Parts: sequence; C-alpha cells; structure tokens
Amino acid sequence: MSRENGLKKFTHSKLFLPLVSLAVVLLVNLIKSPAFFAITVKQGVLYGRLIDVLNRGSEVAILAVGQTLVVAVSAGTDISVGSVMSLSACFTTMLLAGFGVNTTNTIVMPLALGILAGILMGGVCGAMNGALVAKLKIQPMVATLILFNAARAIGLLLNNNQITYIRYEPYKWMGNFLPHVPIPTPIIVAAIVIIVVSLILKKTALGMFIQSVGINSRASRLVGLNSTMLCFLCYVICGLCAGTAGMVASSRIYCSDSASIGLNYEMDSILAVALGGNSLGGGRFNMAGSIIGAYTIQAITTTLLSFGVSTDQAPVVKAIIVIAIVVVQSPVFQDYLENRRNRKASAAKGVA
Amino acid sequence: MKKKKVFNGNNILLLITLVLFIGMYTIGCIVYADKGFTHLQTFLNILITNAALIVVASGMTCVMLTGGIDISVGSLIAMDCMFLAVSMSRWHWGAIPAILVVLLIGIVFGCVQGYLVGYLNIQPFIVSMAGMFFGRGMTAVISTDQLSITQDANRLFYTWANAKIPLPAFLGYTNKKGKVIAPFLRPTVIIALIVLVLVAFMLKKSRFGRSLYAVGGNETASKMMGLNVRRTKLLAYVLSSFLCSIAGILYCLNTMAGSVQQALGFEMDAIASAVIGGTLLTGGVGNVFGSFVGVLINGTIVTIVNSNGKLLSSWANIATAALLCFFIILQSIFAAIKDRSK
Repeated sequence: MSRENGLKKFTHSKLFLPLVSLAVVLLVNLIKSPAFFAITVKQGVLYGRLIDVLNRGSEVAILAVGQTLVVAVSAGTDISVGSVMSLSACFTTMLLAGFGVNTTNTIVMPLALGILAGILMGGVCGAMNGALVAKLKIQPMVATLILFNAARAIGLLLNNNQITYIRYEPYKWMGNFLPHVPIPTPIIVAAIVIIVVSLILKKTALGMFIQSVGINSRASRLVGLNSTMLCFLCYVICGLCAGTAGMVASSRIYCSDSASIGLNYEMDSILAVALGGNSLGGGRFNMAGSIIGAYTIQAITTTLLSFGVSTDQAPVVKAIIVIAIVVVQSPVFQDYLENRRNRKASAAKGVA
Repeated sequence: MKKKKVFNGNNILLLITLVLFIGMYTIGCIVYADKGFTHLQTFLNILITNAALIVVASGMTCVMLTGGIDISVGSLIAMDCMFLAVSMSRWHWGAIPAILVVLLIGIVFGCVQGYLVGYLNIQPFIVSMAGMFFGRGMTAVISTDQLSITQDANRLFYTWANAKIPLPAFLGYTNKKGKVIAPFLRPTVIIALIVLVLVAFMLKKSRFGRSLYAVGGNETASKMMGLNVRRTKLLAYVLSSFLCSIAGILYCLNTMAGSVQQALGFEMDAIASAVIGGTLLTGGVGNVFGSFVGVLINGTIVTIVNSNGKLLSSWANIATAALLCFFIILQSIFAAIKDRSK
C-alpha cells in the first residue's frame, strides 16, 4: 500500500511529466542505437552522444534558469535573451580585440575582465528590461521586444559591422575544453550557474518571495515585500544568465557572429520553462523542471540530427513533440483523464 | 461631454502616432529631398513593400485584442511562398488552384492553433511558437532550394505580380530628361487596403468584432454575459492565419520567390507595428488603423536609413526599437494618469 502511495506521489509530483518526456526521448535513442549511452575517452576528453547533449544544451539550460525566475515573478517572458547573448558576445570581442579589429591573435585586455564585462553587459540589458517591467508596469513581452530588436543590431555596430575572430587559445576554453579537464567546459559553467542560483534560492527566502510576488504582487506588497525590487532583480539575474550563455556560445566558435549567436534561443528557453511543467502564468515555479526541459529540447534536436533529419526540417518534429507535451500537461486534458478514470472506477464498482 | 469621450487616452495615443509619422516623413522629405524622398512614389513604395505586413498586422491586432498572440505568422508566410513557388514552377499548377490551396492551408493552420488556445486553454505564446517551428520546418520539407517564379512557370501569376496601376500623371514628377514619370501602385496594395477596411469594419460593426473586444477586456465577464469565449478565440486565430495566408500571397507577388529564410522576424515587425499603433498586449484595446500607421512608421524608418546610404541597416532596427520604447513609456504614462483619475 505504502509503495503504491509512493508511486502515486511520484506520478503526481510536478517533476513527473518532464522526467517522463526526457525518458521517452532517451528511450527512442536507445532503441535506435544502443551506442547512445556509450561514453568513451578520446585524447583525454570525454566523447559520446550523452556528453554531446549535455554540452550543447548548456546555453539553453543557463537561459532557462533566468527565464524561470522571470516567468515566475512577472507572468511574462523575456524574449530578448537570444539578442542579449549576441550583444554580450560582441561587446566582449570588441573589448578583447579592440574596436574595428577584424581578427586577432593577441588580446588587448585581460581575458577575465573581458568576459566579466560581457556578463555584466547582459546584466545591464536585464536591468533595462527590469526597469521597464517592474517600475513602469509594462507587459514583459513588449518591454523585452525593444532589446530583442535592438541588442543584435547594437552588437553588430560594436563590431564595426563584421565578425571579430579571437584566435587566442584561452578564449576557446569556455566553450570547449580546459586543458587537462575531460569534461566540456560548458557543462561545468552550466552546473556552476545552476548551483549558484539554486543556493541563493534555497538559502535565502528569495525563492519564496518571488513566488509570492508572482501569485499576487499587490498582496505581497501589502505584506511588506518590495515587489518592484524583486521583479527588477529577477530580470537582472535573467540578463546575467543571458550574458553567461553568450560567453559560452561565443567561445565555442571563438568569434562573435552577431547574426547567428543566440538565434531562436529565446524560444528554446521559454519552451524549456513550459516543458518543465511551469505555468507561463507566473507564480509557483520549478527550477529543476526547467533545466530538465532544456536538456529534453537538446536531446530531441540531437536525436533528430542523428536520424538524418536536416537542420531546416527538424523544427517540424520539434513542433509536434512540443504540442503533444503541452496538450498532455494541459489542465483540460488532465481533467478529462481524471473523469475517465473516475468513471471507470465507478463502473467497476457497479459490476462488483 | 461627448467631446471628452472622443479624446480619451487611446485616441490621443493614435493621434501621437499619426503626428509622429507625419513628422518623420516631413523630416525625411527635408533631409533627403535630393534623393527623391518628396516624390509620391516613395510613399507608394512603402505601401508596396509593406502590403503583406499591413494584412498580417490587421490579423495580429485581432488576436491581440483577445489578449493572445500569434508568432507563427512569419513562418506561415514562408511556407505559403514556398508552396506557391513549388506548385507553380515544379508541379505546373495554375495560379488560382495554388492560391486556393494556400488559403485553405491558412484556415486549417488557424483552426488547429485556435482549438489548442481556445478549447484546451494552452498559452497562446507556446501554441503559436510550435506553429512557428512547424511552419518553418514544413517550408524546408516542401523544398530546401531557393526557387523563383519565372514568367515561363506561370504566366498569369507573373502578370499579376508585374501589373502596375498608374495614377494620374500630374501626381508624378519630371525626371532629368524632361520625361514625366507617373506614380504607380501594385494590385497587392489595393488588396491590402481592402482587407484593412474590411477588418476595421468588422471590428467596429459586427457581432464577432465586438466580442473580440469583450473577450480581451474581461474574459470572465464576457463568459457570464453569455458570449462563447472559446469559439471567439478559435475564430480569432483562424482569422489571423487566414489573413496571414493572404499576406503570404501578397508577399510572394512582391518577391516572386520561395526560400526557407523568407519573412524571418516578420512576426516581431507585426507585433511592433500593432504596439506602436496603440494595441495593448493584455487585450481589449486597439484598432487596425493604429496598426496601419505603425506599419507606415516602420516603413518610413527603413526608407530613411536606405536613403542615407551610408548608415548600416542595423540602424533601422535600433530606431524601431527606440520608437517602440518611446511608445511603451507613453502608454504606461497614460495608463498611470487613468489610474489616478479613477
């Protein structure tokens, strides 16, 4: 009996559906090619499909952390994260290479300082979004539409309308491998971001405050919470996450391709939040769900590519999977299932 | 008393939008007079290039009135263009069957999205995002090539695309050789303007139009009043996707090509136009003429940047964003004033 209860508790927990979705995707892979889970060591670094999913999914996972907070606190989405990634990357390469320099082997500024500046640039963008949403009470999607349009364009201007290459070995570390470390650095970066944010949420009351503002911002203010400040803070965190993701993406290709860095990442990050079982209507949030959602998306993409579906065509399958998952998670469908189960149960009773 | 009602906050916003457009256009005329900015044709060209956007923005406004959003429009247009290109140049279909199929695709697409939003209560953003992925992916499934519709492929479609509607010559200008060049319009503009007027009329006078405002204004209240909220939402998405298909045809007539990368970011242009025109994303407030002026402002910015020649095209994005920022802050100030007067 208690075991059954335990199972019921699990199936009713918020993490159940996201985990099942991920499991199904992985299972499909396992059936298709048993070698999916194989992890080998080549030239001192880890290789394998699973590592690849974790590696490539890092940016979306980092973005999903920030996006979850934004969705929870303001019942809206930050659609500027992809563009902000691009702007941060361009800002860093401009600082490191100097304005107008097209390609460089040496950097004019300490690497750590440049990367820090890029991440802070994300924070500044987040602060602008936050000010518009929290202080001026503008709908989040409209407020972030501004930077969605402008950030990529500003990044292009910062780089003098060209792609700046930084062929300086340590710059590649963040997106590839650190010397003598077998794990791809993006995984480490994502883990650090996740751990730091969840520690802040767990060790302070911030997580609870954010949920309370998201559920009822006026009531929270009357209780004595600074709703405006909390909302602002969430957007800044989201911006910092976007900046970090931008650094990783730029370091992967050791340049700042403003047109391609972070393209459609805002969609993926919002999708991750929704797949994680979070309501886009704000309020209660589930960080672990969002992160699982992020890796699910990456797993789907990797799976499709390994099946030989072209990059352009992959979105069709992605769309169908997304719709299937959200329909299953929708309250109407859940009610329908519940009703059917009840009817079956009562019918069974009637027979007995 | 009645006079006061005419000048409520939303009308003032529309007025400011209009004044801003005229102001921007005048500045353009003064600064770039030597580059033909003052010619009527420049203005007509803005209409010609943005005919599709006008239609999409009208549909977007209807969806936004219900408090929803439809970000699938850009990829739906790409899919329509690709279908038109493939069906006419590869399968040798006639222009009319191809167009009918495209319109049907739009209605089916809208039905699915509308059902998911209205009846299954899934967030519009997620549904239309899936629609966006689906449309873009389907485009690639149809064909990954860059196809263009030539005269040989379909004579009728080609004639439509190149048809010019000349305006009286006195509206034109005399070029350096002393020849009078009359301004002209394309049929696409006429279709777009007809759609615009029809949608405006529908929003003002028809039962469906008024229920769009009601649902967006207060969903619970409209349900209690006996409006069929679910059906209204469904129909809003059907209308948006249908208009989007019309826009896809207009877009194709303008570009005469199909490619996977077509109409990228179109959805954001449409949303930006609607917001600049005074439509609120929360629903219940807005009208299509505002969105129309929004489209014109967008077009003017691009034309000014192009006329300058030295400016990078990214300045157009930055200018649009700055303008968006200005309008959003203006809207929130008006909202604050309204709150205080209550």
